[in-house]
Amino acid sequence: MAASVSVSVVPAAEGLRAVYTSGKTRTYEWRVSQLNAMLKIATRHEKDFVVALNSDLGKHEHEAFIHEISAVTSACRMALKELHRWMKPEKVKTSMTTFPSSGELVPEPFGVVLVISTWNYPILLSLEPVIAAISAANAVVLKPSEVAPAASEAMAKLLGQYMDASAVKVIEGGVQETTALLEQKWDKIFYTGNNKVGRIVLASAAVHLTPVILELGGKCPVIVDSDINLTVAVKRLISGKWGCNSGQTCVSPDYVITTKPFASKLVDAISSELERFYGKDPVNATDLSRIINSRHFERLTKLLDEDKLFGKIVIGGQRDKTNLKIAPTVILDAPLDSLIMTEEIFGPLLPIITVNDIRDGIDLITSKEKPLAAYIFTNDKKLKEDFVQRVSAGGIAVNEVTIHLTDPALPFGGVGESGMGTYHGKYSFEAFSHKKPVLYRGFTGEISARYPPYTTRKLKFLKAAMSGNIIGIIRALLGW
Amino acid sequence: MAVEAEAAARELRATYATGKTKSFEWRSSQLKAIQKIVSLHSDEIVEALRSDLQKPEFESVVHEISGVSASCKLALKELNRWMKPQKVKTSLITFPSSAKIVSEPFGVVLVISAWNFPLLLSLDPVVGAIAAGNAVVLKPSESSPATSSLLAKLVGKYMDASAVRVVEGAVAETAALLEQKWDKILYTGGGKVGRIVLSAAAKHLTPVILELGGKCPVVVDSAVNLKVAARRIIAGKWCANSGQTCISPDYIITTKDFAPQLVNALSAQLDKFFGKEPLRSKELSSIVNIHHFNRLVKLLDDDEVSRKIVRGGERDQSNLKIAPTIISGVSTDSLLMDEEIFGPILPIITVDQIEECVGVINAKEKPLAAYLFTNDKKLEDKFVRNISAGAMIINDTVIHFFEAGLPFGGVGGSGMGAYHGKFSFDAFSHKKALLKRSFAVDISARYPPYTPGKRRFLRAVVQGNLLDILRSLYSCW
Repeated sequence: MAASVSVSVVPAAEGLRAVYTSGKTRTYEWRVSQLNAMLKIATRHEKDFVVALNSDLGKHEHEAFIHEISAVTSACRMALKELHRWMKPEKVKTSMTTFPSSGELVPEPFGVVLVISTWNYPILLSLEPVIAAISAANAVVLKPSEVAPAASEAMAKLLGQYMDASAVKVIEGGVQETTALLEQKWDKIFYTGNNKVGRIVLASAAVHLTPVILELGGKCPVIVDSDINLTVAVKRLISGKWGCNSGQTCVSPDYVITTKPFASKLVDAISSELERFYGKDPVNATDLSRIINSRHFERLTKLLDEDKLFGKIVIGGQRDKTNLKIAPTVILDAPLDSLIMTEEIFGPLLPIITVNDIRDGIDLITSKEKPLAAYIFTNDKKLKEDFVQRVSAGGIAVNEVTIHLTDPALPFGGVGESGMGTYHGKYSFEAFSHKKPVLYRGFTGEISARYPPYTTRKLKFLKAAMSGNIIGIIRALLGW
Repeated sequence: MAVEAEAAARELRATYATGKTKSFEWRSSQLKAIQKIVSLHSDEIVEALRSDLQKPEFESVVHEISGVSASCKLALKELNRWMKPQKVKTSLITFPSSAKIVSEPFGVVLVISAWNFPLLLSLDPVVGAIAAGNAVVLKPSESSPATSSLLAKLVGKYMDASAVRVVEGAVAETAALLEQKWDKILYTGGGKVGRIVLSAAAKHLTPVILELGGKCPVVVDSAVNLKVAARRIIAGKWCANSGQTCISPDYIITTKDFAPQLVNALSAQLDKFFGKEPLRSKELSSIVNIHHFNRLVKLLDDDEVSRKIVRGGERDQSNLKIAPTIISGVSTDSLLMDEEIFGPILPIITVDQIEECVGVINAKEKPLAAYLFTNDKKLEDKFVRNISAGAMIINDTVIHFFEAGLPFGGVGGSGMGAYHGKFSFDAFSHKKALLKRSFAVDISARYPPYTPGKRRFLRAVVQGNLLDILRSLYSCW
């Protein structure tokens, strides 16, 4: 079985390399044609994607459009608009050391790249990196997640239909196919997923010295201070947690930290807004995504049913095994060594940890691995500054959650356990480009001081030239 | 040694957690300390480099000491500016909001240096690490022991030992260090160990910069100022640690017709630079050790190669010296074209048409640098467009290294990531995205219950279409 998998993967990779070497993908025209093809896919087949996402995740049309499809079309449009500018070499001012000279940074593709996607935003997290790779002129293989099979199939079909199949390929499959792919040599790999597989990807890439972007996850904390507009804060919190694929989102709030006196107010506010959003029977609310599969459903119920959490569930807790649904659930003061506080939750469970002083919240956060995002709701300027200074995370949002990743001006990526590298906006183009410095010189402007036989005077001159010391240069030239 | 590595990592992590290394004052104090090291102790440094590599004082001062000094100076001058968060213009989707990109240190980083520029390739990355606010462990190369021990002594004396540490040693110590968790690693050296570093880093999800090598080609077109070209090639090859430099010209490509002229020009300039008895010249570095000496001599004594030597070939084992050697008419599958030479041997590949150089170069791994001497704009264009390399220079060699405005690093087999100048600061910084909103404007279209009306509104916002936004605002949710 493994042999036959390699049989299809190897020729695919080799074929792409031959096409890349022909130079086909380098032209502005090719890139634009592919971006337009992708735009067609996302606009003409929006309904197909909505259906696939509903099938895979029970994702509501609203989330499917706002979170996934519209982001894909925006990425295409931005790339089409900016491509000329991004492709242009960037002039660099050169210094005294290499005078006379001129310099520039020339962006060029890495070559043949691999994008490994994931299941929670299967369309977005597949197509956005592919758009990035294409705009930078790479040939690309996309490996969608097998855990979201309808989306995977839709993408394989549509990309096969609309894109240049000689340079853009979708390879579907599971662990075996992914392993076979990782054995090939790629010029760059872009992986979205968890940090266990992230390590495997890095280890495979090491063999070929392949640079990698890892978009992982982590426990994204939210500090909720007391002197705030609680209703707005809670609405945003809910939207970022349960309104994002039922919390199965890498940047969803994972847990909340607030002060002991404020906790009950917070819980009450969450409770009433949840009811406003999802009604009295949230387990059956169609606006809420279901849990992706029974394996994750079991994982999440195990977190909930741990003895340590007994008596601490203050909102929700209901579950429907047949339909793989878990109601929005809030747990108050789960012990810090409970499972729910040690692993990334990735689901509709929200622990609230209470502290005496809100500042202790920062200590708690920094005692854990660096998350993909960290959030704080506060009007206290000093607390805000402290948080930004001391908390290292992929990104931080103040008085907001998750939405920072929709702004194309901000790089999106992790740090430490939450990943390495970034994309979105122009960072997407840069993620898949090597910026090659080129220094241009003529045959004039000979600096004979460079050459042996070495003399003290030559030494003086060069030292001055290297530190941009004009007076020193003149003095050396005059023999002083 | 495992104990030393583990202790260093642990202690530095404790120091980093206090926040000490993040202040502007600490960073500039440490940068000034490095400046002191290279200015007050330049004689000892020159001596150590002489001991390790027979490096001429000129090269030691110009390449290494001045290089470090210039980096410190630039970092001190620019640090305030580099540390400042970068304001970013936000879009309609997050309106109203403000955003910044905040540079923060990774934490505790590891710099593994190499033997050929043992001072520069140790301290230059350390300058970057410190400027960015990290605590740093430096592991100098054991193949340049005098410099390694001098670095340990001087760093220990002048720098803040609670956050900047030198760990000396060889394979065992390096392995022990690589088992620790680092927040970033910068490795300079060969591809084989580069892979080992990457594999070790993978376990901790540590991002890595690899400064490797490769076979840096020099293409020489015929209608050029041959004297200047020859001098610049020699400067990049034999005046840079006897060719033991990652960006030294490794091999030349020129036309069959032009090769004899090129060889003559190189020969004439070599005479001028090193005299008729180059093995006795004080201005040529020796080969670093007997292992590399034997490796190079083996290349020279290969039957296919030895009969094509047009200049040099002499060697002095007791002093580990090999004369500047040129071999003409080498075939692309000769031993010399296999691996990076890293020594004073320069093969010349001849082609019929100069444009064929692109195919020859692209058949190999992407090099750290590629050079072209030409006055032909079309050839220049073709070269720049069709060859991928860490960096390129038209009409010179190696000098891009000292241009702080250009990032220095490889691609493919020659490495990943870059540093120098501001790129050093960036190399050791995490660029954290920061979005701030107020509670003032809240768009209920985000929130459930989801309705077609809300979707219409959001669709319009996403498309940035003001008219549609207004239209949809007037319809009810």
